[in-house]
Amino acid sequence: MAASTAKRSDAARTPAKTAATKATAKGATAKSTKKATAKRATAKSAAKKATATSAEPATTSASAPRARGALAAGAARASGERKKRRSTPLLQSAPAQPVLPAMPPAPGPGTSEAPTPVTAAPGERQHKLHRPHPVAKAVPTSKAVAKTGTRPAGPRRRSTAPRPSQPAPAPAPAAARGPLKAVRDDVSVSPAPAAPGHVGLAPGVEELLRAGVAALRVAAEASGLSPEDVERQVAQTLSFLRRRLTGDYTVDEFGFDEDFTEHAYLPLLRPLYRKWFRVEVRGIENIPNEGGALVVANHSGTIAMDSLMTQVAVHDEHPAHRHLRMLGADLVFQTPVIGQVARRSGSTLAANPDAERLLSRGELAGVWPEGFKGVGKPFSERYKLQRFGRGGFVSAALRTGVPIIPCSIVGAEEIYPIIGNMKTVARLVGAPYAPVTPTWPLLGPLGLIPLPSKWIIEFGSPVETADLGPGAADDPMLVFDLTDQVRETIQQTLYSLLMQRRSVFF
Amino acid sequence: MADVVLVTGVSRYLGGHFARRLTADSSVSRVIGVDVIPPPHDIGRAEFVRADIRNPMIGKIIAQAEVDTVVHMNVIATPTHAGGRTSQKEINVIGTMQLLAACQKAPSIRRLVVKSSAAVYGSSPRDPAMFTEEMGPKALPRTGFGKDSVEVEGYVRGFSRRRPDTEITMLRFANILGPGIRTALTDYFSLPVVPVPFGYDARLQFVHETDAISALLRATTGPSVGITNIAGDGVITVTQAASIAGRPVLPVPRMAAGLLGGVVKRSGLTDFSADQLQFLAFGRGLDTTRMREVLGFEPEYTTRTAFEDFARGIGSVLPGTTAVNSAVSGLAGTAAHAIGHVWASGRND
Repeated sequence: MAASTAKRSDAARTPAKTAATKATAKGATAKSTKKATAKRATAKSAAKKATATSAEPATTSASAPRARGALAAGAARASGERKKRRSTPLLQSAPAQPVLPAMPPAPGPGTSEAPTPVTAAPGERQHKLHRPHPVAKAVPTSKAVAKTGTRPAGPRRRSTAPRPSQPAPAPAPAAARGPLKAVRDDVSVSPAPAAPGHVGLAPGVEELLRAGVAALRVAAEASGLSPEDVERQVAQTLSFLRRRLTGDYTVDEFGFDEDFTEHAYLPLLRPLYRKWFRVEVRGIENIPNEGGALVVANHSGTIAMDSLMTQVAVHDEHPAHRHLRMLGADLVFQTPVIGQVARRSGSTLAANPDAERLLSRGELAGVWPEGFKGVGKPFSERYKLQRFGRGGFVSAALRTGVPIIPCSIVGAEEIYPIIGNMKTVARLVGAPYAPVTPTWPLLGPLGLIPLPSKWIIEFGSPVETADLGPGAADDPMLVFDLTDQVRETIQQTLYSLLMQRRSVFF
Repeated sequence: MADVVLVTGVSRYLGGHFARRLTADSSVSRVIGVDVIPPPHDIGRAEFVRADIRNPMIGKIIAQAEVDTVVHMNVIATPTHAGGRTSQKEINVIGTMQLLAACQKAPSIRRLVVKSSAAVYGSSPRDPAMFTEEMGPKALPRTGFGKDSVEVEGYVRGFSRRRPDTEITMLRFANILGPGIRTALTDYFSLPVVPVPFGYDARLQFVHETDAISALLRATTGPSVGITNIAGDGVITVTQAASIAGRPVLPVPRMAAGLLGGVVKRSGLTDFSADQLQFLAFGRGLDTTRMREVLGFEPEYTTRTAFEDFARGIGSVLPGTTAVNSAVSGLAGTAAHAIGHVWASGRND
């Protein structure tokens, strides 16, 4: 019964209620073994009947003007008037009221505050309408409210469990632990607040941790690592986890997540960089300490491992620890997981708007203009530069007036030597190429292990573009010349580096 | 500048608040609010006229009241609020057509302000990081609200050709968010578990509801600015937003997302259309240089603070998430503390 009345708007309440009382009376006379559900059913049908009969204008409930509106609304519903009105254009209902109620004459300061929902003038109420008044009711129906896209103010879940609001931390543990500082990345742990009289709240935890830390130190010492370093690592990992869980990190407009890059992405690549490929970096001083610059490099290696290693090289070897913001192909950003990691680690789409945006913000951008032609070229063509795109990178550098830094990478060609290309497979999966290497797909997943070649990354001296002016980007001949100049520089450096290297693997 | 202002969609949340704020402006002598249902909230001293913009009667209202500024806010983003996709499209597209037809006939019209949406830029992996107003979509939105917005903008462009004497302002809003408003995205982040497309973490940009209204006010009473993006500073990602809202995420492969979206849609929890899924995978960023320099508007909330304001309203869904959070941060804090002890004692030796 309650459900049936609640569903109806308050307009219908009067007739429904009378019907409901009638129904319960009926239920009372019925046998007591009748189930409650049956009762409800009769109540519902009775209510329906009641609304149907109330369509007749004869109003028995004499509760004066307030009931009138409700009745009219009930009548409207019964005759299907509302439904009709909702589904059809509203023109018909318009003549019932003047199109625009006259503006109230300059409301006085006192009256203007009162929220006056615009209804028809009170005088209009006096004549009887045989159909419901089309004018705004002061109280909207619940359906109307639901349709406006308003959320009820106040927290929704408050009623179930009043949680302590965010700024007030769980009182006991916080107080006992002392100032709980967010652990910074550079954990310069200040030994200060360790007051000896410090009451251990959650003493067990504190003691346990102390013991754990001590055990860790012993273990670290035993394995020949610096215990301080290990501790710092653990603390950093924990605080990194906390930031991840609470969303307490910032992402720039390209999706670059410095926190993730510094604490998860680069540490994972570092073993590969240091131990596997033993990358040797030359000419890092050619990268400016600040301001925009565009690193242009050769591309090779079946998968774009060379760009990842260059990123590590720039961050680790450069005194300012700059982040290399790479420009990647759209295929990268289409691919799940890879696209996500690429954006987080600072890559963005290799297109002029993004490149110019990055460079004009003073970022260090990296581009591999050969693209898939370079990474996917057969082993027989190793260290032969492919076409350098359409020179878009040069025009981006010209427009923003940043230097172009040629970069030559030796060693990446040998990590997965491509000896064949499965064209049909590539077409099937929508990839630009499907490589066959000596180990892939022959050895299955083992074929994914790159060969441990010895790498050299050399940054050449920058090609300045600022003196050419931004208008130079519209001179195609100049753009082509510059593209060729950069390409030649990289090619020559590659040859000389190849001459210098003792062997592929040492 | 604006004297008699007609506001469409006044019974919706933003429209009503906008009308109320507009009536507080003394330079505006009269505000007429139009909608098909009576406003459920206070609309200040704005006059409510029950009329449908899909109907030529709107022309009579404009002519009678000599409206000089029309603020078109009746472009509905959420199908569930409009009573289904069909009626949403009807209201958005046919409504705009009729309204503009009426405006074209009315000589008194001097300015048209349209609340458009960043959905016109679509969402694809080939998008630039930040869209400026001159850029077009890389993948034209083909379904839902995005398509409606594109069509609405098309009609507005046609209107501006035929009535070159009117000033046209189109504000492309990033997703509007706040403690009061209800959109598909607020429904989405209010879910107890937030399904996210597996392997993607879209960048989102939000604008707080009060900022949205302030921007519209400025566009109505201030200088005419043409097409302008409106968004809060900065971006946050979907997973970041979910963790701010205290919601666990459930990665769903994009292939299966359509299926799940259908289930969620039918259950009435939130609305997942194809362009919504695309948006949750690739996101979108708006360049707001023009908003600052031409419109001269500085949003009060950044993307992050706007979302935090919203998240405060919905509360965390699982007591567990906060417990885990505080446990981890507690552990981190204690660990740092303990290390501090050891270090301190170590140094004393």
